[in-house]
Amino acid sequence: MLTINNITYSVGQAKLLKDISFSIKPGEMVAILGANGAGKSTLLKMLAGTDQPESGSVSLHGRLLNSYTQLELAHQRTVLTQQNVVSLPFLVKEIVMMGRYPHFQHSPAAKDFHIVQTAMEATGVQAFADRQYPTLSGGEQQRVQLARSLAQVWEQPNALLLMDEPVAGMDILYQQQTLAILRSMAQKKFIVVSVLHDMNLASQYADRIIMMKRGRKWYDGTPAEVLNPKSVYEIFEIKADVFTNPSTLKQIIMPHEIVFEQSKTPLTH
Amino acid sequence: MRKGLIYIILSICILIAGIFSVGLGAVPIPAGEVFQLMLHKLGIYHMAQVNEQHNVIIFIVRFPRLLLAILVGAALGISGAAIQGIFRNPLAEPGLIGISAGGTLMAVAIIGLEGALLTGLSNIFGYYLLAFGAFVGAGITALLIYQISKHNGKPNVATMLLAGIAINALAGALTGLITYLSSEQQLRNITFWMLGSLGGATWQTVTCLAPFVLIPVLLLPASGKALNAFALGEMQAGHLGLDVNKTKRRVILLSTMAIGAAVSLTGIINFMGLLVPHIVRLVLGVDNKHVIPASALLGALTLIVADIISRTLIAPIELPIGVITALIGAPVFLYILIRDKRKLSFA
Repeated sequence: MLTINNITYSVGQAKLLKDISFSIKPGEMVAILGANGAGKSTLLKMLAGTDQPESGSVSLHGRLLNSYTQLELAHQRTVLTQQNVVSLPFLVKEIVMMGRYPHFQHSPAAKDFHIVQTAMEATGVQAFADRQYPTLSGGEQQRVQLARSLAQVWEQPNALLLMDEPVAGMDILYQQQTLAILRSMAQKKFIVVSVLHDMNLASQYADRIIMMKRGRKWYDGTPAEVLNPKSVYEIFEIKADVFTNPSTLKQIIMPHEIVFEQSKTPLTH
Repeated sequence: MRKGLIYIILSICILIAGIFSVGLGAVPIPAGEVFQLMLHKLGIYHMAQVNEQHNVIIFIVRFPRLLLAILVGAALGISGAAIQGIFRNPLAEPGLIGISAGGTLMAVAIIGLEGALLTGLSNIFGYYLLAFGAFVGAGITALLIYQISKHNGKPNVATMLLAGIAINALAGALTGLITYLSSEQQLRNITFWMLGSLGGATWQTVTCLAPFVLIPVLLLPASGKALNAFALGEMQAGHLGLDVNKTKRRVILLSTMAIGAAVSLTGIINFMGLLVPHIVRLVLGVDNKHVIPASALLGALTLIVADIISRTLIAPIELPIGVITALIGAPVFLYILIRDKRKLSFA
């Protein structure tokens, strides 16, 4: 169980998070939606324990997050960040093995190799296992990082999976596959929290959607409860139609076309 | 294992190059005799007739010089590899980013203050004081550069290199200032010291340097795993359960200990810290668990060879060893710059 109790956070004068509370049960897959600058990544940092909230508390399995040691936390939660630049040309399998670092002192055990292999197969990167990370495309690199973060908590159900835009840069097949993996992790009783930009992906895969705006939690509920033209307009300031797919009963969001008003003054070079 | 084999090959090469190096000089001594003399000294083999002159040359002059080359080479190689891991960049050469200059400044300041603090640096205590002072200077500079170049939790390469230029200039200016304020005797000490070569090697300098190099060489490899995680980014390393600040402190402390002591005894030898880990990574891959210890061995080997070249290229004149390492190292630095040009432009 992940419990967020009334957290606020600010940098200088700017209040980035205001009075946010919610809790997530093991087995739930939650998507966080919101426009740029709504505070999604900041919230994820609070959940990861990377930054401490100014007031309020975050607890995991009934224990305050800041009472965990770094290593204990590494066994209980994993984070996939947005920007993943690796400074040296490590091999893909070496990067994925880094996910196992919290579990061994000097040399990986047979179990670690096995988990690395399984995680690479699940994310479809085993074909590049012996390639250098920088030679991969952006989407492939993201899948390697996903494999690494999954390997970190692979055999630890109840663990917290924090994913900041996990499908960024991936083609549509891997977007679907990545979310399918995350959902299967949720089915194994992991707690999955994922920042997404694509409302349709969220509608398809999430059990629950939290919509954020200006540092506040705006809506919180199942996709059917929270995805409607009104909420979409409030959160993203776009007009959209929301349909229900008759066969899956999932919401489909179709934004209205925006006509770009050409400036009257000609562009000069 | 292929990687284990590399350590054995490097050790054998060091032994061979060492014996060869000891035999070279104004009085050439054949490698076979060097080997026999070594065994004789160790009591393994008894030589019927020991050439006393050769015995003195080898054990009083050339052996300390060889050991100094090994220690300084290992220090520069291993600390280069470790500093690059912390700064997340293969261009973070301790000489270029001002760490060595910080050490030099502190050492010169100690010589400059000699009269006030203690009399005569020729004793063993003086060497230790110099080495320790240079360690402190190098350590402070490393922390300073790290803080200056850090942006969003990651060291920025451009800032790091530019800060290095500034720190090098500043330390150079302060070093110059101290030399102008020094008395004649102090000036002689400073100048002798700043010439920076392996020529001043004695058993005293070697025993002084040994702990400053051996401790880091023994302890740094244990940070290899942590430095690998660092390559993902400071925040990501923290997510893996690593105590980021502890790793940083440990690695900077141990590597500046080696750099500082080395610089205080031989002056700045540039590009070693860049060249050696670069070659190791080409052969062994980038896993720091191997790069760090192998850089110590290859560093030792490289400096023995550079010393041989510096003594023989235009013999009997001895070239400063820094000339040789820069001749090889600077082109490698340029090569990495050109290779990573695209990556660096938006770093």
